[in-house]
Amino acid sequence: MRFELVRRPERSALFSALSPFLAFGLTLIAGAILFALIGQNPVNALYSYFVEPLTEIWSLHELAIKAAPLILIAVGLTICYRSNNWNIGAEGQFIIGGIVGSILPVLYPEFQSPLVLPLMLLMGMVGGAVYAAVPAFLKARFNTNEILTSLMLVYVAQLLLDWLVRGPWRNPGGMNFPETRQFDAQAVLPELFPSSGRANWGIVFALVAAVLAWLMLSRTLKGFEIRVMGASPRAARFAGFSAKRMVFFVFLLSGALAGLAGISEVSGAIGQLRPTISPGYGFTAIIVAFLGRLNPLGAVAAGLLLALTYLGGEAAQISLGVSEKVARVFQGMLLFFVLGCDTLIHYRIRRVAQAIAPSSITDTPAASSSEAAALEAGGTGGAR
Amino acid sequence: MGLAESILLTIATAATPLLIAALGELVVERSGVLNLGVEGMMVIGAVCGFAGAALSGSPWIGVLCGVLAGALFSLLFGVLTITVATNQVATGLSLTLLGLGLSGLIGESFVGSPGLRLPNLYVPGLTDIPLVGRLLFGQDPIFYISILLLIGVSWFLFRTRTGLTLRAIGDSHASAHALGIEVVAYRYAAVLFGGACAGLAGAHLSLVYTPQWVENMTAGRGWIALALVVFASWRPMRILFGAYLFGAVSIGQLHAQALGVGIPSQFLSALPYLATVVVLVIISRNRRLTMMNTPASLGQPFVPER
Repeated sequence: MRFELVRRPERSALFSALSPFLAFGLTLIAGAILFALIGQNPVNALYSYFVEPLTEIWSLHELAIKAAPLILIAVGLTICYRSNNWNIGAEGQFIIGGIVGSILPVLYPEFQSPLVLPLMLLMGMVGGAVYAAVPAFLKARFNTNEILTSLMLVYVAQLLLDWLVRGPWRNPGGMNFPETRQFDAQAVLPELFPSSGRANWGIVFALVAAVLAWLMLSRTLKGFEIRVMGASPRAARFAGFSAKRMVFFVFLLSGALAGLAGISEVSGAIGQLRPTISPGYGFTAIIVAFLGRLNPLGAVAAGLLLALTYLGGEAAQISLGVSEKVARVFQGMLLFFVLGCDTLIHYRIRRVAQAIAPSSITDTPAASSSEAAALEAGGTGGAR
Repeated sequence: MGLAESILLTIATAATPLLIAALGELVVERSGVLNLGVEGMMVIGAVCGFAGAALSGSPWIGVLCGVLAGALFSLLFGVLTITVATNQVATGLSLTLLGLGLSGLIGESFVGSPGLRLPNLYVPGLTDIPLVGRLLFGQDPIFYISILLLIGVSWFLFRTRTGLTLRAIGDSHASAHALGIEVVAYRYAAVLFGGACAGLAGAHLSLVYTPQWVENMTAGRGWIALALVVFASWRPMRILFGAYLFGAVSIGQLHAQALGVGIPSQFLSALPYLATVVVLVIISRNRRLTMMNTPASLGQPFVPER
């Protein structure tokens, strides 16, 4: 028996809504198998991964802290990807946002004013936007692939941060540790409810950004332009929309949001610059954007879920002794299943009897691996 | 051994994984599939290569494990993009993310354990020839495999019928399908070959270049390999040039760090990444050259209509 894909006449609303849940369910099943393989009771492990962190107030605060940067970055990426521009360097823009936003508290700690924090946030956004403008400019001006350039700049940003905290920005009174001075109280992002946990204003920024982005995308001409540009570049050209201006718009926007996430993280959760300020938020946010169906409001739900995998990883390491690296595997699997399930939106699966399709196109992988051998041996025309 | 000779040798060692991974990706892209998961397959190859060598005691078994693991991992990408017709950019990205996560988990118990190095070739008499002996006859075995792969891939793509068919599929999968060519089977084969190459490149990193396991040890080399394919405008021989250029840049900056030229080491470490950006800009400025050589159906999902 074989299966083949048949294109639906129009996208399925049912699967459009169902697919993230289906993907999460499949991830749970695959996760249970993974835990069983490494000798853990799957039910216990999944419980401490996905339920335990939700049972205490303080860990809900931690969830908000982890979700804030994910949502902020993912909202920007959502808009970027909707217009068919592939910014995958958000991690770098996050780091540069953190660096530029920290200029005031690190270099001018004597500058005391209530304006410090707003200025820091603004500078963080500008830093992220300017850093994102580089791949945008190269794409618009020279037609350079933005995926590769934005990614290369991540490594450059990481090295720049490393140099700053070990070199010129190192805390003179910090016993040679590679970190900057601790920010003063006025440069720290305030906590929302200091009595019950650490959650800070970052999550508020994230929710506001998500709502604003959703309004823009669904209610304004700019949003329409973005959607047309992504769905059909040709139609967008005929409508007189400029692809080059769009590249700049979406990159600057997503860079600014990643920069805001960066400085919020540095001034809120960390309180100083260190050689590493992100556990891969910029890359995980890519998963968040896709899991959220490339919808800013969807990104909120997806961001909370992915934040839970970070927390669950830490919880499982403490309670079960499972490596927290399992979290990264969970995140990767989740994206795989989302992408797979998304196919059901555009296609339905039809069962085909073996007899009528001996040369069916949907070949099994097993058949092709023998062909790989034929290919590598350079067999001429013998592949079939 | 002279300084120049040792520098040339290390450049070849640094260039070999880039060359192998880029050649694999070249074949994949020529078939019309864009696999952005090179970094993920490479790091999986590195960790499985290291683990295989450490557990079996033989670096050759390690190499085999790396190749098989890379191919197996690429199958995941193949099933999704070819059979299930998912977005290739997103699926490739997720392959990289999953590969980096999974390799961290697999390699956790191997961090800090001593590695095995694949021994260099030694041909009595020939290897001892002054100046050229070590370069031609005294390198690691994977270096020679990379040169054979280069010749093999060029010959296959441009001198065989199957290679012609593969390129035709990359230029128009719909026409190829109409001609009765098994587009899906060819693409699976190409993706598996790309995965095996990335796995081999990763195994070279953990068994020759720096014989140990460090998390994320590929450090963006998979992405540089992807850039090399664009740089080479999908021509195998130009990949050789590109890979050795990048090998020279990364070795050059290491020597500059060792000499202490007064530039912070982080700036020198950033050079290969910046060089990638610069090279991409120079190549893509020439719009016609890029348009002419890019496989026309690169990155587009294909579901056979019947």
